[in-house]
Amino acid sequence: MRAFTFERANAPVEAAAAVARTPGAKFIAGGTNLLDLMKLQIETPTHLVDVNGLKLDTIEPTPEGGLRIGALVRNTDLAADERVRRDYGVLSRALLAGASGQLRNRATTAGNLLQRTRCPYFYDTAQPCNKREPGSGCSALDGFSRQLGIIGVSDACIATNPSDMAVAMRALDATVETVRPDGMARKIPIAEFHRLPGETPHVETTLEPGELITAVTLPPPLGGRQIYRKVRDRASYAFALVSVAAVIQRDGTGRLAVGGVAHKPWRVEAAEADLPRGAKAVTERLLAGAKSTHDNAFKVLLVERTLGAVISEARS
Amino acid sequence: MSDPGELNVNRREVMVGAGACAALAAAPPSVRAQPAPVVTPVMTQVSFNVNGQVRTLELDTRTTLLDALREHLHLTGTKKGCDHGQCGACTVIVDGRRINSCLTLAVMHQGGAVTSIEGLGTPDNLHPMQAAFVKHDGYQCGYCTPGQICSGVAVLDEIKAGIPSHVTADLTAPVQLSESEIRERMSGNICRCGAYSNIVEAMTEVAERQG
Repeated sequence: MRAFTFERANAPVEAAAAVARTPGAKFIAGGTNLLDLMKLQIETPTHLVDVNGLKLDTIEPTPEGGLRIGALVRNTDLAADERVRRDYGVLSRALLAGASGQLRNRATTAGNLLQRTRCPYFYDTAQPCNKREPGSGCSALDGFSRQLGIIGVSDACIATNPSDMAVAMRALDATVETVRPDGMARKIPIAEFHRLPGETPHVETTLEPGELITAVTLPPPLGGRQIYRKVRDRASYAFALVSVAAVIQRDGTGRLAVGGVAHKPWRVEAAEADLPRGAKAVTERLLAGAKSTHDNAFKVLLVERTLGAVISEARS
Repeated sequence: MSDPGELNVNRREVMVGAGACAALAAAPPSVRAQPAPVVTPVMTQVSFNVNGQVRTLELDTRTTLLDALREHLHLTGTKKGCDHGQCGACTVIVDGRRINSCLTLAVMHQGGAVTSIEGLGTPDNLHPMQAAFVKHDGYQCGYCTPGQICSGVAVLDEIKAGIPSHVTADLTAPVQLSESEIRERMSGNICRCGAYSNIVEAMTEVAERQG
């Protein structure tokens, strides 16, 4: 790990300003992903701003009837919140399907949104990776790509976003609230928060330098059957090959987002009109233009079958 | 007070240093403009309560809570397995919650309360979970055991607190203790010897005795 200076922030704008004015600075909250990457010198911040004291750790009702989740609410607390369990079951389920008990106790809502890919070539500092070293090339294209992306990929990067939580939040149409170093607050729809890799896979979100996530808001409850189904290589404590977050109403209509297939939680609203027609029809539109590799071509069928299981469960 | 852990460079540290040099030589040249690195270690003071005792340390900011416990406080019961949050050998209880001590910085726990395996029980006065692991053979080599026991104690508290898990059938009903609940919740603690079934038995016995 490279040496760094350290400070504790007491207010959100102060934290944002501290990161903005210090080249190479980063926020640290749970630290479970950042420290892992710092040990491997994939992340080499010169200054860390500890945001754990910012008191952004409560879940409050919004005037619109939704919930406002503080950026520092731990994954365990969000999953266990009675209102989330009752009204946003897909979010509880997604959180509980991710990581381990120890990690969920530390990991925060904002940090989960910002966690980085687990592409093996991003982690292997001896290999080219456009996300880690822009312009160096993508080792995954001709490498082991079983875990990697099949849709929205580019010639520069086929990494996937590893978050379970974000897939549920995409299905729920959450909004990310931030504050910029100049004190201006803004709201970013989760659909616009994560970017596709394109030519700049190292730029993963639409956050500006120093911009700090303060909260994630959920719209009023959607009702329906809320299901998160995750398919992975072992039954617990593994990243998704494919996951489906869905909210399906009694009449068969609904909404869904898919994880494990793209650089961001993958949702195509137009495909949801086909939900009453079944998984095959939805998947054809959802994954239109898919570009898989030899290793991960199975994911197209796996999405269809996982979605089929979700639709069956919703009807049962 | 002299500190033998800080005066002697041990073999492991030499090997880590050598590995870092090899990685640097193999790394492709960076095309990004990098901010000037901080070249000298940055020292900072941190105080937290460890097993009921307030400890104050002068640490390199890079020191993980795990290394603070093992290398600076010489509480070597907590183990370093993977050092990347994948194995759970470093599990300790901080402010009432189990965490991976390898993936958190010591300086992030100013004023916090840490319970390591040494704080749960002693050889003459075992914690009930320690006694149950002995009774049920919940280990073979023992390396993962301190983490398993810290995790096990916290898991039973989490179930009592009504925190659901991936295998909880009904999110809106009270959480019930079961073998599948224990197995799912303990998935962050890997046992290379495969003592899992005995660990489940040990935890079940403690849970049933707690009522």
